[in-house]
Amino acid sequence: MRSFVLIAIPYAWLLALFLVPFAIVLKISLSDYAISIPPYVPQFDPETGIGALIDALDFENFIWLTEDDLYWKAYLSSLKIAVISTFFTLLAGYPIAYAMARAPAEWRPTLMMLVILPFWTSFLIRVYAWMGILSNEGFLNQFLLWTGLISEPLTILNTNTAVYIGIVYTYLPFMILPVYSALERLDGSLIEAAEDLGCSRLSAFWLVTIPLSKTGIIAGSFLVFIPVLGEFVIPSLLGGSDTLMIGKVLWEEFFSNRDWPVASAVAVVLLLLLVIPIVLFQRNQQKQQEAEQ
Amino acid sequence: MNRMSWFNAVSLTLGFAFLYIPMVILIIFSFNESKLVTVWAGFSTKWYGELMQNEAFLNAAWVTIKVAVFSSTIATVLGTIAAYVMVRGGRFMGRTLFSGMIYAPLVMPEVITGLSLLLLFIGIGLDRGVLTIVLAHTTFSMCYVSVVVSSRLVTFDRSLEEAALDLGCSPAEAFRLVTLPIIAPAVISGWLLAFTLSLDDLVIASFTSGPSATTLPIKIFSAVRLGVSPEINALSTIMISIVTVGVITASLVTKHQMTRQKREEQAAERT
Repeated sequence: MRSFVLIAIPYAWLLALFLVPFAIVLKISLSDYAISIPPYVPQFDPETGIGALIDALDFENFIWLTEDDLYWKAYLSSLKIAVISTFFTLLAGYPIAYAMARAPAEWRPTLMMLVILPFWTSFLIRVYAWMGILSNEGFLNQFLLWTGLISEPLTILNTNTAVYIGIVYTYLPFMILPVYSALERLDGSLIEAAEDLGCSRLSAFWLVTIPLSKTGIIAGSFLVFIPVLGEFVIPSLLGGSDTLMIGKVLWEEFFSNRDWPVASAVAVVLLLLLVIPIVLFQRNQQKQQEAEQ
Repeated sequence: MNRMSWFNAVSLTLGFAFLYIPMVILIIFSFNESKLVTVWAGFSTKWYGELMQNEAFLNAAWVTIKVAVFSSTIATVLGTIAAYVMVRGGRFMGRTLFSGMIYAPLVMPEVITGLSLLLLFIGIGLDRGVLTIVLAHTTFSMCYVSVVVSSRLVTFDRSLEEAALDLGCSPAEAFRLVTLPIIAPAVISGWLLAFTLSLDDLVIASFTSGPSATTLPIKIFSAVRLGVSPEINALSTIMISIVTVGVITASLVTKHQMTRQKREEQAAERT
């Protein structure tokens, strides 16, 4: 009996503040827009009951999403940005994780801490730090002008390039940590064996190290890809007006246009988009756990 | 251990330079005399002085700390219970749903969590303010706490709890006297994680806060949208220093505890 009470508290909390809100989002996404407070026509009226509710359901907002190409473009461009930036994060993160795993054992805890430290620092501040670097009179341009590589300042801030730089920078620890933990477990004698058997260093790396760190690579890629897809802060601070990302569109739909039904519909579609990568990620984690046992 | 190859040395150097140079620049220019953040005009601490006079920032900082303390404490209690139930509870009705609700918020885009909670609060007619932000932050950070705590619970030897029960402890006593001390480091790091997540959060707080309660990230975001300013640099520097000191202290404490635990275990084995 007591254990029932114990379970009931977090259970009820999550039901009330996680599941019920979702039901509400789903409901409002199927409602009509109205100029009032709240700005939608409530769907469920206890007096008319479920039958009237089903009659009143209305997929208008979803149809609207397919008709206005802003939303299509925003979803596609979020996917594109997420894929490209995950790739670059892997490209930047793998060598760092590799070097950490090969570093002398007594250095590793310090190196780990140096990777984790930025993660504890405010996300907003880390994104803000790049605004001063990438602007037209920023440090990067000053530096490049000083070296003579360019004769005119480059426009980087408020473009997609800045968004990519911001994402790689802020999500790098999420890539490094899983790849590092996979590489650290890797048995060095396997690589020696491959080299003894005539592999060159590069092909030993390609044929032994990479496949054995696959779970780390997959986990890291999902840990970057999934949150980037719904990212809001980076595109709104570093991106330009033409940077389309779905998180930003949802935000603007809600706060600027005050169209709650459409914002809710955008949220529902974004969630559907995320189901596949989340399921794949879960599978990968399970496989990894089974492999460890 | 062999010496590091030049390739590894170069990737470590470049990698850490990439991670740290932006923050170093940010800190250096918080001490800049000039209002222009990109041109050095001499050393000065005047921006820190101006920051201390800025009522709006101080109020927001106070709200943020209040929210973080309350939400991380509630989240730690709920998250620890949830982890205990998940790992030790065996089967119960709705277990799959429960574990789904624990893991889902970890991968949920913040914009969706924020939007859905706001719609709930409006639906039940709850005025937005400190309370609603605390509720929102507790909900997502309890999931992080429960993941951290359950990873510790999974690895620890269950026979210790069973021994306590055999020796006449009630389940509550066994939890308080045996389980809790063992999982304490995980509970503390869970609390710290929840605390930082709450301090850091912009998106969910923006959805769930009302005009009566503005948190620091919301304040910073609206200031930063207008461009870089030395005052924000000064504020960032203060926040970075607090985090750095905190993380280094925490890691030293853990290291110390681990060596002590190892020593005790070795001593126990010898006897």
